[in-house]
Amino acid sequence: MRTTRTVAALGAAAIAITLAACTAADAEPGSTASATSGAPEAPSEVTLVTHDSFYLPEDLIASFEAETGFALSVVAPGDAGALVNQLVLTQDAPLGDVVYGVDNTFASRAVEAGVFEGNLAEVDYSDVCLNYDLAFFADSSLEPPATIADIATPEYAPLTSVTNPATSSPGLAFLLATVAAMPDDWEGFWADAAGNGIRVTASWSDTYYTDFSAPNYGGDYPIVLSYASSPPFEVVDGEPTTAALLDTCFRQVEYAGVLANAANPSGAEAVVDWLLSDEVQAALPESMYVYPAVDGVDVPADWAAYAPLAESPFSVDPAEIDANREAWIETWTDLVIG
Amino acid sequence: MSDLDVAGLSVVYPGSPPVTAVDDVSLHVARGEIVALTGPSGCGKSSLLAGIVGVAAEQGSARVTGTVTWDGEDVTAMPVHRRGFGLVFQDGQLFEHLDVAANIGFGLRMARVPRDEREARVAALLETVALQGYGARRVDELSGGQRQRVALARSLAPGPRLLALDEPLSSLDAELRASLAVEIRRILTEAGATAIVVTHDLAEAEAMADRLVRMDAGRLVAGEA
Amino acid sequence: MRPARLLLALAPAAFVAAFALYPVGVVLVRGLGGDGLGGEGSGLDLAGTLAVLTEPRTLRAMWTTVYLSLAGTAVSLLLGLPAAWALYRLRWPGARTLRSVLSVPFVLPTIVVAAAFTALLGSSGPMGWLGWDQSPAAIVAALAFYNVSVVLRVVGTAWAGIDPRREAAAATLGASNWQVLRNVTLPALLPAIRSAAAVTFLFCATSYGVVLVLGGSRIATIETEIALQLTLFLDLRAAAVLAIVQLVFVGAVIALTGAGRTVGLSAAATGGRRARAAQTPAILAATLPAVALFAVPAIALVERSLRTADGHSLANFAGLLAQPERAALAVPVGQAILNSLAAGAVAAALAVGLGLLVVTLLAHQSRGARALDGIVALPLGVSAVVIGIGVLLAYSATALGGSWWLVPAVQTLVALPLAVRAMAPAARAVSPRARAAAASLGAGPWRVWRHVDWPALRAPAGVAAAFAFAVSLGEFGATSFVARPDAPTLTTAIYRLLGRPGIESVGQAFAASVVLAVMVAAVMMVSERAASARALEREWGGRA
Repeated sequence: MRTTRTVAALGAAAIAITLAACTAADAEPGSTASATSGAPEAPSEVTLVTHDSFYLPEDLIASFEAETGFALSVVAPGDAGALVNQLVLTQDAPLGDVVYGVDNTFASRAVEAGVFEGNLAEVDYSDVCLNYDLAFFADSSLEPPATIADIATPEYAPLTSVTNPATSSPGLAFLLATVAAMPDDWEGFWADAAGNGIRVTASWSDTYYTDFSAPNYGGDYPIVLSYASSPPFEVVDGEPTTAALLDTCFRQVEYAGVLANAANPSGAEAVVDWLLSDEVQAALPESMYVYPAVDGVDVPADWAAYAPLAESPFSVDPAEIDANREAWIETWTDLVIG
Repeated sequence: MSDLDVAGLSVVYPGSPPVTAVDDVSLHVARGEIVALTGPSGCGKSSLLAGIVGVAAEQGSARVTGTVTWDGEDVTAMPVHRRGFGLVFQDGQLFEHLDVAANIGFGLRMARVPRDEREARVAALLETVALQGYGARRVDELSGGQRQRVALARSLAPGPRLLALDEPLSSLDAELRASLAVEIRRILTEAGATAIVVTHDLAEAEAMADRLVRMDAGRLVAGEA
Repeated sequence: MRPARLLLALAPAAFVAAFALYPVGVVLVRGLGGDGLGGEGSGLDLAGTLAVLTEPRTLRAMWTTVYLSLAGTAVSLLLGLPAAWALYRLRWPGARTLRSVLSVPFVLPTIVVAAAFTALLGSSGPMGWLGWDQSPAAIVAALAFYNVSVVLRVVGTAWAGIDPRREAAAATLGASNWQVLRNVTLPALLPAIRSAAAVTFLFCATSYGVVLVLGGSRIATIETEIALQLTLFLDLRAAAVLAIVQLVFVGAVIALTGAGRTVGLSAAATGGRRARAAQTPAILAATLPAVALFAVPAIALVERSLRTADGHSLANFAGLLAQPERAALAVPVGQAILNSLAAGAVAAALAVGLGLLVVTLLAHQSRGARALDGIVALPLGVSAVVIGIGVLLAYSATALGGSWWLVPAVQTLVALPLAVRAMAPAARAVSPRARAAAASLGAGPWRVWRHVDWPALRAPAGVAAAFAFAVSLGEFGATSFVARPDAPTLTTAIYRLLGRPGIESVGQAFAASVVLAVMVAAVMMVSERAASARALEREWGGRA
């Protein structure tokens, strides 16, 4: 009896250890520390670190792998904000070879920490803007708001859902827009908005998919924080149902760059080139709802009609963002969440 | 008809097969009388005592049948705390978290006796059991004999109608037993208590009681008519 | 200590030093030294340190920690004490079964508990109408969910051990049932209640996964604030200051209450008296709240794991084996399960191996061995989050940087003290005379151990291995910092999936939670059946 049990336990332990060894081996390509740098053969895999909204069609990835001979693996440690912080925390043993999806609200932090090898390349951009429900304002005596300042008023604040800048990157972009639009009074704006009942959610999907009163969703808020590129997705029977308020926008630019200490720097370069290629650039609008950064790449036809860009989006100097980001978020938290 | 009347009392402990510890016992104790229940160990005398006081069900999930009456009032279904029957346990069962005075005064506190009256009564009882000045002691500082005297005083304090003593001396050494037996007799007589004392020691029984009742195998064998 | 023994002591001591003391030191030195994450130090900045302490965020986190822990402890006692009476003091059909069912939450990983309450209280959950999602009430309920088992174990066994004649004595003195309870039973239970409350308070105050998941962005305790300061603001100084606050706080609670030292339970639950039919309503009233607190979230979790866009099916479970859509997770959850099993096996083997060294030295009762015991227990008092951050910072630039082996390493730290506690009583019980006899018959030290000590340690070692394995499977706080996104464990995978919008990944999060819960419960059940877990229950009052 006892012997049988001991043998069984030993067997189980042996299996477990084997399992451990296999897992460790599987994990090796990702753990690109110093182990692989002296290896004789060139790495066959390249790891792209990105945010968790990343998506590109399978055939584009397949053609990249066919052309370069590298197998592409994608790792997403979190949303855009978490991505940068993970990169900084793990810079000595990076999560991969190349990054895509660091945006201008956070990039300076990563650059300053020395996360990147060489320069960053602009891959895409988008305008974070308030969107509104056309039908709601057609039926209402109320006009759609004209400026950001309007939504702090008792008429508009209760109709508006925005996202928390501490947890969502469009939320941070919109906070920066308010800072740029009202440099001296953005705190007063948020205090009024909070006092008048503006709604705050943790993430863009909560605000857009759950709260928006547009016909596709049926929530309770006719004004929500989203993107200038959102309205084309709300065209019903050839008619738009929503529109973006183009005077409320903050331009978000997303970058790609090679990570310092990358195990496969040449593969990383290849990924950056691929992201800037016409094929990928042309796929960006439909895949991730962003505008291609490379000039001369066509955008879908309905984007021209329903997703015009802001003519003069708000912007904040990256150095200023970097110096004040935490203080602004903290002030915002105190004013709005308390 | 005043006094204690036990009629057809049985105490059965569950199990397979169930154990009948007390088998159809009837017993009469007159007011002011001190009766000793004797017999070999395991004869059921402690179970009979527990059955009368009402703690048999509490102690070993025993099933009790028959009737116990006091002054003609059937107390069989009455909860223990309303019967007014005191019990001195073999090992005292003092409350370790209370001092000597609080142990003795416990029953008075339960009866909501005012503090002044309670303190006076406790002081008098400490004197009765010859433990003057011990009121503030912790009970775990006491010797075995002192503990049993505190247990006795504690049971006497609320003025029980009947006092039951379950082998009150068995945990003590022989010399102490003899002297404490005499002392218990004195204390009970002074208090005018009606009492049943369980003991397996015949000499002790004679020292403490007016009358001896012998039990064997769950039945009374002599002394009771 | 003799040189040979010193050598044996070296392995566990070195392990703890390498993966707990050194990394925590790195966090404190780099954080307080002002060099943050960059590299060059600007020296100790007292003003900056004080500024962190007086910031509204910090004060809010401290206050939140205190009130959530107090509320969690209060609710655990409120539900646990009556249930302890009904389940340990009374004997009735089903009481034993219910006792073992209600001890399950005790071993459930906190991330599973958090998932269960998300399933229950989230906007699409059966009790979503309460509006408790992301509220303190949800956190308190979840904390009580697993701490009721602590109260049951600690107070219940004490209650079963109370001599019923003590209460009968009070009744003969005229005390009614309530008076007996208030004046005799509760005072006798007070030490057990106090230590259950202290342990519960500590578990609540150091809870990470539950607060992180259920608190959302609005509710932060010291523990989650440490993580937040680092992952959201990259503020290592604030993280270090908060880590010290947490250390002082936990140390103070232990010093004031003796939590952890006094938890040793004296006797197994053998007492109890048969319940009377008339007590049925009281039994129901005493047990139903505790049973409901366990069953309702558990059922909600299972229901959500089966729910899909169109009805109920096993699709979420099948989906665990598929490559996840988009970039929610780099690998299928099935791979995360394998990762967890592998890490758990390595951690259990290490914990038992190192633990055997510790208890063997303890059995020889040298003063050095007791110090070693203390060193090994240290990680239990340090926040798991700080250990995880420390290991990440300390080893990133070394050959171990990014290595998968760091995962079982930090899990071993958490499991080791439990393994030691599981085996120590058996090791101490070995008679020195038996060893002397064996030696006098010509056995060398190794063969003495092999033939005298080991036979006594074999069964407890099995229990220790199971506990260590289960604890490692469920570890989240430290693991979340050292597990790489391309090699997630089951707990980090669940956390990632829970945070992803979309019914598919959330459904998978719930399915993965059910899988993890079943795995942990199965390990514990097998171990309890294989070896008598009583010795462990007696000795171990803690939880990872």
